[in-house]
Amino acid sequence: MTLLNVERIKLFSTRSPYWCLAAIAAASLGFATLFGLVENGEAAIPYLFLRGVGLGMSIFMVLAALAVTTEYRFGTIRNTFLGVPRRPKVLLAKTALLAVLGAVVGLVAAVASYFLAKALAQRPPIPLELSTWDDWRQVVGYGAIFAIAAVIAVSVGTIVRQSAGAIAILLLWPLILESLFTLIPTVGEKVGPWLPFAASDKIVAPTTGITNLFQPSGGPDAVQGLLVFAGTGVVLWLIALLLLQKRDA
Amino acid sequence: MIEAIGLTKRYGTTVAVDDLSFTVQPGMVTGFLGPNGAGKSTTMRMILGLDNPNDGRALIDGKHYAALHHPLTLVGSLLDANWVHPNRSARSHLRFMAVSNKIPTRRVDEVLELVGLSGVARKAVGKFSLGMKQRLGLAGALLGDPKVLLFDEPVNGLDPEGIYWIRTFMKNLAAQGRTVFVSSHLLSEMALTADHLIVIGRGRLIADAATKDFIAQATRSSVRVRSPQLADLHSALVRSNLQVNDVGGALEVVDAPIEQVGDIAGAAGITLHELTPQVGSLEEAFIQLTGDAVEYGGSRARPAAVGAPGGAQPAGTFAPPLGPASPLPTAGPAPVPQDGDSR
Repeated sequence: MTLLNVERIKLFSTRSPYWCLAAIAAASLGFATLFGLVENGEAAIPYLFLRGVGLGMSIFMVLAALAVTTEYRFGTIRNTFLGVPRRPKVLLAKTALLAVLGAVVGLVAAVASYFLAKALAQRPPIPLELSTWDDWRQVVGYGAIFAIAAVIAVSVGTIVRQSAGAIAILLLWPLILESLFTLIPTVGEKVGPWLPFAASDKIVAPTTGITNLFQPSGGPDAVQGLLVFAGTGVVLWLIALLLLQKRDA
Repeated sequence: MIEAIGLTKRYGTTVAVDDLSFTVQPGMVTGFLGPNGAGKSTTMRMILGLDNPNDGRALIDGKHYAALHHPLTLVGSLLDANWVHPNRSARSHLRFMAVSNKIPTRRVDEVLELVGLSGVARKAVGKFSLGMKQRLGLAGALLGDPKVLLFDEPVNGLDPEGIYWIRTFMKNLAAQGRTVFVSSHLLSEMALTADHLIVIGRGRLIADAATKDFIAQATRSSVRVRSPQLADLHSALVRSNLQVNDVGGALEVVDAPIEQVGDIAGAAGITLHELTPQVGSLEEAFIQLTGDAVEYGGSRARPAAVGAPGGAQPAGTFAPPLGPASPLPTAGPAPVPQDGDSR
């Protein structure tokens, strides 16, 4: 608990997290507003108008990676280790704080965007109601996505120890690398949907109705997607832990 | 107490610290002296558990740093004053360190007051001058009111006032019975601050001695004499088994009391025109000692006048026979006071 508090002080005593959180709010709510207003909300399908929250996930990964890499950039990681020489405890605290923060931010951003779009859209193609578990999943799933993305970002930040490198990896991986992979004949098509970020998308992807048209066929279902994404986080985190222990600070 | 036992650190094929063993005693300032690149910082980082040694170990009060519970309450350190986030306030910087060791927040304000930064406690550190950052680092080192303190080149880049301030500060900490280990590449600075010296070059121990013994043995003293009867004086001095060098119109008598030189001249009825004591500078002594141990020194960088041995010799072989265990100053450890105020 003490160490979570330490990480909280460190995170919120600099400016960049506030900017990142503001950007996440702007992306999420902006996208929801657009979908709610344009064409009287005829395209207001949760999976689509919550894409802004998906963009927010990338921004949150930047925030989480910076929480590690700026410590290396400015040398404060050594002050941290001087205070807490057991490095796994430091990594655990940092990861836990950002995962919890991610869960809250993802959840709040998605729920707020949902109700904003619902309030604005006059003629949504399907009624915007949270009645079934499947309806809920497409909204609250972002909490899980953000939390796991935070774990991945903290791990990559710890492995790379350098802001530009970590951010490049975290942005290019979901946006470009995975889509390039799917271009490979036969293999790409089959394996592509199982890659971590493609799989994470299944956590909030619709499985029925007209919106299913936006989904590539095959690949994992929501639970499998969650497991693949979470598994990626765990593996990267263990690599980060190993390197953190072995390397000189 | 700090102990290094066979401490070794290699980076690839470069040996930064080579089988280094020493002990740092409480109650006095121990200087850690060596040219740039001698391995001082690396050694300090290994003591503090930041770098892992390839061999050997470093212990603080008999324990590895990593095994310490709330280490900041036992060991305070200032290795680099620039280890701060420029957008974070001085107070937040100290606060996260304090909280990690369950040190009350009131102590943060105390140490800020102690180093004279209360007025800028909530200002972003990026705007601080080097002297202010150095003070902030010192405040961080004092947070847990530690018994053991390590400072790496604390006066580097400071103005005279700042240097005086830090020097006085360290002496006071030691006078309170704390263990103070401070590195420097300036012997003149250490001569004023340290009671004991640990000298390294190329990662190896060159000397471990009381500062005054080290300086007395390392600096060559001689007497310069001039006389119209130079040849007679020369033979008179040589007859008294003194080592005499001819230095162009004058003689240099090595390692002889000035009185003896005067007496010899008087007994022989020789007129003297000059009789001056010559003490080698601390810098010369230092260069002489570490001469070959300067990692990045070119051959031209070594003044020929010092007479340091030629380049190919391994470090340490020409070190003067300083006793490894020179008597320590008798200032016994005093109880550490509750608050860290030392001004």
